[in-house]
Amino acid sequence: MTPDVSENLLDKRHNELIQEAKKSGYNLNPDTVFTRGLVEGLLINANRYGYESCPCRLSLGDKESDLDIICPCDYRDDDLSEYGACFCGLYVSDTIASENLPAPVVPERRPLASERMKKSSSSVPAGGLPFPVYRCKVCGYLCARNNPPEKCPICKAEKERFEIFLR
Amino acid sequence: MAITPVHVEGIDKGSIMLYALSTCIHCKQTRKLLDELKVAYDYLYVDQLSRSEMDEVLKEMEKVNPRGSFPTLVINNNKVIVGSRLDEIREALLS
Ligand code: SF4
Repeated sequence: MTPDVSENLLDKRHNELIQEAKKSGYNLNPDTVFTRGLVEGLLINANRYGYESCPCRLSLGDKESDLDIICPCDYRDDDLSEYGACFCGLYVSDTIASENLPAPVVPERRPLASERMKKSSSSVPAGGLPFPVYRCKVCGYLCARNNPPEKCPICKAEKERFEIFLR
Repeated sequence: MAITPVHVEGIDKGSIMLYALSTCIHCKQTRKLLDELKVAYDYLYVDQLSRSEMDEVLKEMEKVNPRGSFPTLVINNNKVIVGSRLDEIREALLS
């Protein structure tokens, strides 16, 4: 495939992802060959686009429209709950991880491009809250403060992955 | 289609078209299976196209898989298998 990712870099990123996942209560797929294939895809995308977008989805190379598919994508946790793996199979449930099962085929849940355009605000007016509540679109973490954190303390997603949930 | 897919020589099982991404492990597994089955097929790495080619190919592809997800395999212009459903692909090509 693309030979621009060195084994060293691949090892390094793979280990980082394993550690990060463990720290936040997630599991990386224990199938090393499979997972390294995905990590390679993430690194290729990081080189190409400047961000690690999902290796199994088509990026348009424009960060704003790819934001929801920057790994970990907005769909990971729903897929983990429903199928036991994310769309790519990089993250898997405890059962799949501990029993070393193959990742299932997960149908695409990302809304169609036309639906993604209709930016529906999911914020509910609560009225009179002393602080707005921000929601991490990756893992659902909520925090009440004037601005979202630089990085989600739970899943490490960047600030721009937060939306206002209550104000 | 103006864009020419890559042709892989092999046993003629009719037209087999694979829409894939070069970075996707599921697409890779699907290609590996097609290679193992030694069938002739065409594939396109949609992520390696220019933006205008991409739009053109996506339009074609979304006719058979509206979600536009990968891998999308089209067998004889009628059977569509989305995702690396290897058993299903094997069955469709060996029958
Ligand atoms: S969490 Fe899984 S499906 Fe989502 S971007 Fe990362 S690898 Fe792809």
